[in-house]
Amino acid sequence: MSLLRLDGVTKRFAANSPPAVDGLSVTVAPGEVLALLGPSGCGKTTTLRLVAGFEVPDAGVIEIRRQPVAGPGLAIPPEARGVGIVFQDYALFPHLSVEANVGFGVAHLARGARARRVHEALELVGLVGLERRYPHELSGGQQQRVALARAMAPAPALILLDEPFSNLDADLRASMREEIGKILRATGTTAVFVTHDQEEAFALADRVGVLNAGRLEQVAPPYELYHRPGTRFVAEFVGAADFLRSMVIEGGIVSELGTLARPPELVPGQAVDIMIRPDDIDFIPHPEGDVVVVGRQFHGAEHLYRLRLTSGAQVHAVQPSTTLYPVGTRVRVVANLLHVVAFPLVDGG
Amino acid sequence: MTALATAGIVSLPILTIVWSLTQPAWAVWAHLWQTQLPELLLNTLGLVGGVALGVLVLGTTLAWLVVTCEFPGRRVFEWALVLPLALPAYVIGFVFLGVFEYSGPVQTALRGGLGPGARLPDLRAGWGVVLMMTLVYYPYVYTLARAALAEQAPEFLESARALGRSRTAVLFAVTLPLVRPALAAGTVLACMESLADFGTVATFSVRTLTEAIYRVWHGMFDRAAATQLASILLAVAGGLLVLERLSRGRARFTHARRLARPPVRLRLHGLRALGATLLCAGTLGLAFALPVGQLVLWAIQSAGRGGVPDEFGQALSQTLALAGTAAVVVVAVAILLAYARRLQPTRLVAAATRVAGLGYALPGAVVAVGVLLPLAWLDRALATGLELLTGVPPGLLLTGSVTGVLFAYLVRFLAVGGQSIEASLARIPRGLDEAARSLGARGGRTLRAIHLPLAHRGLLAAVMLVFVDVMKELPATLLLRPFGVETLAVLIWRRTAESLWVEAALPALALVLAGLGPVAVAMRLAGADARPLDSRPEPPT
Repeated sequence: MSLLRLDGVTKRFAANSPPAVDGLSVTVAPGEVLALLGPSGCGKTTTLRLVAGFEVPDAGVIEIRRQPVAGPGLAIPPEARGVGIVFQDYALFPHLSVEANVGFGVAHLARGARARRVHEALELVGLVGLERRYPHELSGGQQQRVALARAMAPAPALILLDEPFSNLDADLRASMREEIGKILRATGTTAVFVTHDQEEAFALADRVGVLNAGRLEQVAPPYELYHRPGTRFVAEFVGAADFLRSMVIEGGIVSELGTLARPPELVPGQAVDIMIRPDDIDFIPHPEGDVVVVGRQFHGAEHLYRLRLTSGAQVHAVQPSTTLYPVGTRVRVVANLLHVVAFPLVDGG
Repeated sequence: MTALATAGIVSLPILTIVWSLTQPAWAVWAHLWQTQLPELLLNTLGLVGGVALGVLVLGTTLAWLVVTCEFPGRRVFEWALVLPLALPAYVIGFVFLGVFEYSGPVQTALRGGLGPGARLPDLRAGWGVVLMMTLVYYPYVYTLARAALAEQAPEFLESARALGRSRTAVLFAVTLPLVRPALAAGTVLACMESLADFGTVATFSVRTLTEAIYRVWHGMFDRAAATQLASILLAVAGGLLVLERLSRGRARFTHARRLARPPVRLRLHGLRALGATLLCAGTLGLAFALPVGQLVLWAIQSAGRGGVPDEFGQALSQTLALAGTAAVVVVAVAILLAYARRLQPTRLVAAATRVAGLGYALPGAVVAVGVLLPLAWLDRALATGLELLTGVPPGLLLTGSVTGVLFAYLVRFLAVGGQSIEASLARIPRGLDEAARSLGARGGRTLRAIHLPLAHRGLLAAVMLVFVDVMKELPATLLLRPFGVETLAVLIWRRTAESLWVEAALPALALVLAGLGPVAVAMRLAGADARPLDSRPEPPT
């Protein structure tokens, strides 16, 4: 059962340029929150606009509640799709009060029903009492709540959020994230949101789709995405990653950090790059250690160290910032890889 | 679809004239060439060239003075120098004729002082028209040049001076070349106005193309010749339009940066300060204070003779009704077209609306001819059809009613309303349209609930600009007005044709008063910050 389904959706803005969205297929279950994550220019906002109906795909099918809304020869206009949108800059109507903004999408209801719906929506976002204010009289966080209330008032099948937190201060961002997450879950709302911030995607989404150059690299729950990235791009984009050249043998994978368990799909004799996350590596200072600290960055609660292995390869490691190892310290390294992620080399090099 | 059809109808007169340009009637041409064409062409080009030179020198000098120098009265002159725009050229023209004619106060005083032989040269000549038009059209150059000069970063001047150039050398080597696009644009606007002018040249008895179209059409009922003359005038206007587009294309580059710090003005002392003040005061006096003061005197004089004449009241109410109707029609059509461009930005819609907006570049006389030809044809068709149906000849339904003149106003002033409306629509972020659509609103509701309330200032400005332009328009009104309809402009024209200056003063004063409205808007816009309402941070990824 899917609430939103995209199948092979492609969108090209100019005939001779690469497609902005390239054969994208994904489904979203009712009540699910999906994040589209990727660097700027990856096609995530275009995907959102295709679902909303502001763009028409060149190929592929989009279905909402099993009803096709876009496909060959079909393009249901945005006003008929029943999709709520929270815009990046909120797009609140500057000449309308909070009440009128939220009521804009339910104008077809009778006066009493409309007032009730507006009140419910404002209650949901905790803005009761600000009905008569105008958008410019609200703080950034309040404006975003109005935008959410306005999108949810008509009870849409689906809510789309475009970079919803990018216009907020860092401290407000975390609390709004939590609150919007709560509202979406409490109302069982299906949502798709677009972000370039993996922390945001991880905190809010049930599943995260990583987009790169218009293509969907992987769709998975945050934990799986982080620990079992399907592609090198995902490994690098989601969290920090180092790659260490290693060799697959019968009994495991031989690397500079020791021998690791061999995933069954890897054939002995193959050269691979294994993914090392900074939190996979632990080290202790040791005068005879053959690994050297060559760099250090202070990150508040922790230090990020850059270590040089005997081969010259470098990996990163985090340590609590309560202790401090100066550059030049000789250390011994232990790798604690929960999941071994290995990418075969393309041409054996 | 509606938008395309509307744009097509509005383009009809323009296309008619363009088409006639490609269908030269050789016999008519030969006759025109033998009788008057060389004189008309020479006069028209001389007039346009003279005005171009005049406004360029006067407008640039004044703008440079108020922006880069400090002298007594500068602050007042900075805005007051725009005021002459409120005067139609034919109004300042007849005031000067009245004041400086043989029996006028100046020459009478001159004879009193110097004896009966003293006289001034007759203003009724080409140079007189050029002088009048320079006085009322220099603000086009002045306004644009002032804005461009004020935007110019002081660093340019300072680095040029640090490189060893004198102030004067810097003016010609750096300052003026940088504002050249603004100067060109302002000059072309002034040329367009002088090309379109009918009232002044007719009052001053200078034969030009515009004046000839009226004379040939109205006096000799020679439609073929009038159409051919209109097509020549169109070609000249088209050339000017191309010049304007070229200059505007460059103007964008100089506009990019905002003023970093206020300009440091050179303080003038002694004779130089006196000279600057006198130049500004003299221009303002000749172009505004003298004509307006004289109009007030004459108006009082005429009121003393027998109160406000009935014909003024009638002309006023007919003008208000006509201009009001035209303003509403023009703005409604402009909204329709601007909206179509916003909702369906296809090439066809963009091209059609652009052609429909070309009318502003056409002199009123050309538009009138372009409107009359298709309407007269339609009238005949209608009359034949109705007579077949009813057996009674219905008369001229379109050309005999206000339809024709209203249509001409629509063609001529659509761009005037359209520019203001598009500018205010452009300030509304597209995100608001999308938000409204995602909430279930179609085009109509988005227009009513979002765009019109947010753009109402621009709409009001558009209504006023069109209203005042219609009030002042003379040739199209003269050629197309139905029998018995007389606007203030027509009343002024009739009175001044008989040299009844005092009787023309009251309607002229009413026009000047109305003209101050758009000037105030222009002054406010020049100072206003043109930021969008809300910025859209990045294009879709």
